[in-house]
Amino acid sequence: MSEKKNWPLWEIFVRSKNGLEHRHFGSLHAADAEMALENARDVYTRRNEGVSIWVVESKHITASNPADNGELFEPAQDKVYRHPTFYDLPDEVKHM
Amino acid sequence: MNATSKDSRLRGNYILTIADNSLILAQRLGELCGHGPTLETDIALTNIALDLLGQTRSYYQYAAKISEEDKTEDDIAFLRIEREYKNCLLVEQPNTHFGYVIGRQFLFDVYHFMLMEKLQNSPDETLAAIAKKGIKEVSYHKRFSSDWVKRLGDGTEESKAKMQEAIDDLWRFTDELFFMTEAEKEMAKEGIGIDVSTFKEKYYEEVSEVLKQATLTVPENKYFTKGGKEGIHTEHMGYILADLQYMQRTYPNMQW
Repeated sequence: MSEKKNWPLWEIFVRSKNGLEHRHFGSLHAADAEMALENARDVYTRRNEGVSIWVVESKHITASNPADNGELFEPAQDKVYRHPTFYDLPDEVKHM
Repeated sequence: MNATSKDSRLRGNYILTIADNSLILAQRLGELCGHGPTLETDIALTNIALDLLGQTRSYYQYAAKISEEDKTEDDIAFLRIEREYKNCLLVEQPNTHFGYVIGRQFLFDVYHFMLMEKLQNSPDETLAAIAKKGIKEVSYHKRFSSDWVKRLGDGTEESKAKMQEAIDDLWRFTDELFFMTEAEKEMAKEGIGIDVSTFKEKYYEEVSEVLKQATLTVPENKYFTKGGKEGIHTEHMGYILADLQYMQRTYPNMQW
């Protein structure tokens, strides 16, 4: 039982259909990448949710620090002119 | 008995020799639901159980359709007595520890995959269709169980010992997979069923190859036991059926 505590955490990304991007679905434990892929298949795609899976060990993800949110994100809040809302998108362009 | 009714009886029996394996193995795996060694493995094993149960339903629906008695798939699943179940002894063996769960699965999956490979070309269109759909599931089962045999075999000293113990213990049930009942022989002769003896050698080759990769020893035990396919089961079967049949026996004709 102590062994499984050593299993590292993996982040799972699933592409739900062709043409869409991989999205973060969640995380799980596995001994290695191959097991992470199989576990992800069973945990996240058993209801036909996906056509492709990426797994990456959580330790390889560098995350922003919530304490830095002020300087990282707040300056963007009042710059409405950076949003492409002044264009009309044709209906044919989906998933924008 | 005229020729058609003999044919439907044989075909019905033949379907059960394939389907009952899936039912009883699904039941065994179902026992682990909520008790798997890790959350992820728990879900994986339950997934396999549900795949097998789905296949079982297709077979039983077909068996009910060709049966001359007025039977439903539920009657076939829940209301037979022990001697009428035709699963092999291997699939009814208990979940002694995780090594046994994986060992049993692996020894069955390799066989199951080879059987589906052949069955998908059967001139019986229903059986061929079930096999064609099932083989993708079984292919994954085999990948899952083979990977785990290698992980445990080539893992820690303890996992290796437990995996070897399970393989050694379950080995004596493998020969029965290739024992042919009357129904199997007849159906094979008619070209509808599969002559399982044709892939016996291939089976032991593939199993041995995985065991070698897992740094395990291929058992040399030549003592084999059989009986399940003819309804003579091990002592475990009664307990499985007690669990499996409880609802239908207690509340006859109940529906979900």
